Amino acid sequence: MSVEGAANIAPGQAPNGAAEAIHIENLHKKFGDLHVLKGVSLSARDGDVVAIIGGSGSGKSTLLRCINCLENPTSGLIRVNGEEIRLKKDGHGHSVPADRRQIERIRSRLGMVFQSFNLWSHMTLLENVIEVPVHVLGVKRDEAIATAEKLLARVGLAEKRDVYPAFLSGGQQQRAAIARALAIQPRVMLFDEPTSALDPELVGEVLKVIGDLAREGRTMILVTHEMKFAREVASHVIYLYNGQVEEEGPPEQIFGAPKSERLKQFIRSIG
Amino acid sequence: MSSESSVLTAAPRTSAWLQPHRIVLILIAAALVLASVFYMRWDWLPGYLPIAIGGIWRTIWLLLASAGLGIMLAIPLGLVQATGPKILSVPAKTFCTIIRGTPLLLQVWLLYYGLGSLFPQFPWIRESFMWPYLRQAWPYGLLALTLSFAGYEGEVMRGAFAGVARGQLEAARAFGMSRWKIFRRIWLPQAVQRALPTLAGETVLQLKATPLVATITVVDVYAVASRVRQETFVVYEPLLLLALVYLCITGIIVFAFRKVEGRIPTRLG
Repeated sequence: MSVEGAANIAPGQAPNGAAEAIHIENLHKKFGDLHVLKGVSLSARDGDVVAIIGGSGSGKSTLLRCINCLENPTSGLIRVNGEEIRLKKDGHGHSVPADRRQIERIRSRLGMVFQSFNLWSHMTLLENVIEVPVHVLGVKRDEAIATAEKLLARVGLAEKRDVYPAFLSGGQQQRAAIARALAIQPRVMLFDEPTSALDPELVGEVLKVIGDLAREGRTMILVTHEMKFAREVASHVIYLYNGQVEEEGPPEQIFGAPKSERLKQFIRSIG
Repeated sequence: MSSESSVLTAAPRTSAWLQPHRIVLILIAAALVLASVFYMRWDWLPGYLPIAIGGIWRTIWLLLASAGLGIMLAIPLGLVQATGPKILSVPAKTFCTIIRGTPLLLQVWLLYYGLGSLFPQFPWIRESFMWPYLRQAWPYGLLALTLSFAGYEGEVMRGAFAGVARGQLEAARAFGMSRWKIFRRIWLPQAVQRALPTLAGETVLQLKATPLVATITVVDVYAVASRVRQETFVVYEPLLLLALVYLCITGIIVFAFRKVEGRIPTRLG
């Protein structure tokens, strides 16, 4: 599948009226000889909450990381907000973004939340939250601070604004990371196993924040191991097995009446 | 708002500065100072004070300039070793190895007696605007000290750059920062922060490397002490004073680095 040659068909309005936010078609990703993604397609409209589930090594994190080109897809089509990410082959035959500016612009509208939080440790929480608005998006500093204070209050960290990440619990750090992602007013939020690195008693506070975001209609792509949570908040669930979509559908169907034998086994083993 | 500030400010420590053991130590120190003032020879001091102050100034100036220029060289040297392509990282590695593998005294002499005696053979150099400087000894001393600092700190910075958590750089990438912005806003500040405790020690070592320039006729504070000894045959007093001067400068360096380090609290473990 040639990436450059893929036709840019019908961006923008999707059939039911909500605009298409993320569209992935026939995505392949190879790390050397390792074929991690073998032709995955995915589509999310505004307001959708897509949960990606699957065992370890199924390629679910790689799929998420391809959306903002933290991993460059080997081939396939990715469209974010109707804009196709242009890729080219570099000297070694790896595909890389053809236009660095384009990919930086697209990334600055995708709010990513990582498994290991990845807050910038030399900045206070407030500085973490205003960093991208001020230094990438060109928002005025005092406006950014006002927004950041609201967001930190929202995730319950208003009093911690001048504290450095190292002095916070994992749950607090992850909530701050969510505030940082919200500060860029993202079209889509990307969650990469946001609770996997947390102590069990801290998972709840983070899931609550993410659940609130889902209920207020934010578009989200969520890679998770929390099946109960996925069933609650997702509008669409994708089960990846060995780099391919094994089964997908609404949560009631995936968790209530799975068709694939592998999915049945996976749900049994998990919960 | 009050709860915010309480997070940052530690409770003031109860001040009990004048404890018995401290009083004893202060008395011993005072006795030592008084003994050296009254039982040693200091009559030479007023006559040499102006050049001594000039020497102190020259030492501090050499230290600041060589450390400042050196760290500016060390940052790219460390960066290309941490991430750069082979064509840049190999020369950088070679430079650091050569600098760290040879005595500084040798480097000072090679530059001064080697380069310094090569330059006058080219008329265009002798006629250039640089010549008034190239004729003097201090540019060679400064150059040798700068290159030495760059060589050692290049290695320190390599480790510091490599030690910054990948995830934090990835987060910067994921939010659309350009490469230069990631370097300037995330990578460099964290690398410098990690390197600061080492750099403090290295700057103190650099201070104590400066007397080597006295061997190529630069009159730093060490050269002044030697001159006092040669002209007055007073041996210990100038050396004691010299030790005190270096000790004071070291104290200032350590204090300054503590201040900078303290700006960002760190938590171990």
